[in-house]
Amino acid sequence: MAFITPSTTADAYDVVVVGSGAAGGQAAYTLTMDGARVLMLEAGRNYDPSTETPMFQTPDMAPLRGTATPDKPYGFFDATVGGGWTVPGEPYTNASEDPARQFMWYRSRMLGGRTNHWARHALRNGPYDFKPRSRDGLGFDWPISYQDVAPYYDKVEMLIGVYGTKEGLENTPDSPDGVLLPPPKARIGELLARQRARRIGIPVVPIHRAVLTRPLDHVGIPPKLHPGNAKAQRILAEDMRNRAACFWATQCARGCAIRANYQSTTVHIPPALATGNLDILTDAMVREVPVDEAGKATGVIYIDKRTGSEHRVKARVVVLAASACETVRLMLNSRSKRFPEGLGNSSGLVGKYILDTVGANWGGQIPLLENLPLHNEDGAGGLHVYAPWWLYKEQLAGTLGFARGYHVEFGTGRGMPGGFAPYVPDAGGRTTFGAKLKEDARRYYGSHVGFSGRGEMIPNDDSFCELDPKVVDKWGLPVLRFHWRWSDHETRQAAHMQKTFADWIEAMGGVNLKKPLNDGAKVIDPGGKVIHEVGGTIMGTEPGKSVTDAWSRTWDVPNVYVADGGVFASNADKNPTLTIMALAWRAADRILDEMKKGNL
Amino acid sequence: MDRRVAIKWMLAAGAGTLLVHPLSFAEATPPGSASEGYGKDADLLKAHKPGEFWPLTFTDAVRRDVAALCDQVLPADDRSPSASALGVHDFIDEWVSAPYPAQVKDRAVILPGLAWVDTQSRARFGRAFSEARPEQQISLCEEMAPEAPAGSQLEVASRFFKRFRNLAAAGFFSTPVGMTDLGYIGNVPLPRFEGPPADLIEKLGLTDEVKW
Repeated sequence: MAFITPSTTADAYDVVVVGSGAAGGQAAYTLTMDGARVLMLEAGRNYDPSTETPMFQTPDMAPLRGTATPDKPYGFFDATVGGGWTVPGEPYTNASEDPARQFMWYRSRMLGGRTNHWARHALRNGPYDFKPRSRDGLGFDWPISYQDVAPYYDKVEMLIGVYGTKEGLENTPDSPDGVLLPPPKARIGELLARQRARRIGIPVVPIHRAVLTRPLDHVGIPPKLHPGNAKAQRILAEDMRNRAACFWATQCARGCAIRANYQSTTVHIPPALATGNLDILTDAMVREVPVDEAGKATGVIYIDKRTGSEHRVKARVVVLAASACETVRLMLNSRSKRFPEGLGNSSGLVGKYILDTVGANWGGQIPLLENLPLHNEDGAGGLHVYAPWWLYKEQLAGTLGFARGYHVEFGTGRGMPGGFAPYVPDAGGRTTFGAKLKEDARRYYGSHVGFSGRGEMIPNDDSFCELDPKVVDKWGLPVLRFHWRWSDHETRQAAHMQKTFADWIEAMGGVNLKKPLNDGAKVIDPGGKVIHEVGGTIMGTEPGKSVTDAWSRTWDVPNVYVADGGVFASNADKNPTLTIMALAWRAADRILDEMKKGNL
Repeated sequence: MDRRVAIKWMLAAGAGTLLVHPLSFAEATPPGSASEGYGKDADLLKAHKPGEFWPLTFTDAVRRDVAALCDQVLPADDRSPSASALGVHDFIDEWVSAPYPAQVKDRAVILPGLAWVDTQSRARFGRAFSEARPEQQISLCEEMAPEAPAGSQLEVASRFFKRFRNLAAAGFFSTPVGMTDLGYIGNVPLPRFEGPPADLIEKLGLTDEVKW
C-alpha cells in the first residue's frame, strides 16, 4: 500500500480519512499502527518535504526577493504550495461587505496541509480551558476535561518532539518528566525582554515548539506509545532514527528537509505508510459522505481533480479531518433523504460557532540592542520564549473589561534579512541616502522587537458559515459563505494587548514608533487571519446542543467522526494544533476499540 | 522568528512609507503586459532571475539612470560594493514590472519619479542622469530627500525618492553580500546553538538563569 490512483484503490477500507494535516495525519498514524486499513484522501497535490524544501535559498534567488504576494501570502519560500487565502477555482464568500464582518480562510491544498508551514507552537490547553463557561458563564464547556486529554498530550509530544520546560504556572500545564526536549538558549533580545517584562509583572518562559533540539529517544519512546505492539514499535523506532535534530538554520515555515520539525508529512505519514496499511490518494476532493437506509455512512464520493471524474470508495468508518470549515462544507453538501439539511446536522449546528484567535501586533526599536557584536541568532527557526497569560487574578475579579486571556509571542534579533528595507530613522522625514544609509542600516539592524498577542475568542451566534445559495466551485460544489463578528470581549482584549506591548517596549528602554490605539476594533486582526480556525462541529454532552459527542463522533451517524478542530467548544489562547492532534489520537483509539468490539 | 511576527514587523518597520495618494498618479502607465504572477506552486529550489515570470519595463537608458541612482543611494564603501554591482537596478525593474497589487502601486510612484529625474537632469545639466557628474547627481538627490508638503512642486519627486530608497535598500541588503555587510551571521548548519556570547549578556546586565 502506498500512494495510489483512483484505479488502484481497494474496494473497501476499514477507515477513510478525509484530509492529511494535523488531524488526518494523526488519525491515520494511530489507526494504521494498530492494524486498521486506511485510505487517506487529500484535495491537494502530493508533497515531499525531503526534496522540495528550499532550505538555504536566499532572498535574491526568489522573485521580488521572496516578499509576500497574493500567490504566496507568507513569502515565496513558505511551504504552502497549494493555496493560501485564495485557491484558484475554489472560492468562498462573505455575507457582509463590511470588512469587520468578514472571515479570511487559509487553505493549504497539499499533502500535510497547513502543518507544513505551521509556526510549530505546541501549547497545551489548561484545565480552565476545557470548562470556560463554568468559570465565567460565557460560551460552552467541553464535555471532556484536561484529565481526559492529558495522556494524549503526553503521547503526541513524545511522538512529534516538543521543546519546552516545566514552569508550574497557572492553567499552563507541565508535561511529565522525560516528555519534553530541552529548549534552545534565549537570544539576546529575548533575555532583555524577559528581564524588563518582570518589572511590569509579565512572566517570560521558554515556549513549547515542535522542533527537535536533540534526536528523539528511539529506544524509550516507541514502547511507551505502542505497548504490546512490536511491529509498531519497530516502525516508529526506525522512523525516529531517520529524523535529524535541528541544525539551527533556516526558517521552519519553509518546511524541513531533515525532518527536524513536525509536519504531518515528516512525522505522521512516513511511519503510517511503513505499516503497509495506508493508501494515500492525492488530488482527490471529497464531495459527499453517502449514507445507507439505516443512516450509516457507506464511505465517500470524491472527485479525481486530475480527470474530473467521480469515484466512490467504501469504508466501515469515515473520519473527517479536512479542516474545521472544510469539514462543515462536506457535511452540509452531504444531503440525503435521511439528512436533508446535511449529514450530522439534525441539531442545525453544523457550521455554527466558528472561532479564530484574537490577534494584535505592535513593535518598537530598542537602543540597547543597537550595534551589538555580531553573532548567529538563527536558533530553532522560530520563537524560543513567550509570555503565557498572566492576569488570572484580575480576570477572575472581572476588572479587565474582557473575559478571556491571551499569550504573547515576540520576535527579536538579527534574522536573515528579507526583501524589506532595513529600518533607518530618517530624522525630520528626510530620506537618508548615501554613506549614511549604510551606516544607519548596520546600526539599527536587529534592534527591534515585534509583539503579537494571541487571545481567546468566545463563540457567538454571529460567527458561522453555511452553504452559499448561489456560488459553486469549479467542481460544481456549493461553497462556504461566512458570517463574522468580534464581540467587545475580543476588541477590548486586542486594545489591551497593544497597550501592554507599548508598556513593554518602554520597559525595554525602547521607542514606540507610533502611538498605540485605544480602539480595539481598529487594532484587532480580521477574523481568520491568525489561521486558528476551529469550531463549526462542536462537541457536547447532548445531541440537540452539539454536533459530536465527547469522543468526536457525530451524534447522528454512528460511524462518522470529526478529527479536526471543528469539535472545539472553545478556542483557548493556546495555539490549537497540539490539541487537534491529541483529540485525533483519542478519537482514533476510540474507533479501534469500537471496531474490535464489533460496534463499527 | 515566528513568520507572522516577522512579516508584521518588517511591514511596520520597513514599508511604512508605502502610503501613496493614488489620485496623484492617475495617469501613470499601466503595469506591464503580464497579467499573472508566478502562481501558487513555482519551483522553490532554483535561482530565479528578473524577467523570468513577467516582462521587464526599463529601456537601456532608463536602466542606466536607475543604476546610477542606486549607486548614489547605496555607494560603495570599505565594507561593500555599490548597489548596481549587486544588480539592485534589475531587482527594481522586476519589482515595478510585477503584476501584483503592491507592485502595481509602486510602479505608479517609481515611473513618474524616474521621468522627473530624467527631465530635471536634461534641463539642468544638459544630459541624462546616468551621464551627469556625481555632484550633479547628488544635488538632485538632495533636492528630493526632504519630505515635501502635499501639493508642492516636489511632491512627486520626494515620494518617489523615499520609495526608491526603500526598494534599493531592500534589494541590496537581501543579497548574500548585503546581508554580510548588515551583520547577519547565519543560514549555515551548526552542531549546537550557543546563544548570545557571555560577555554580551554581562555587558547588558542580563542573566541567562532560565532552566534551559
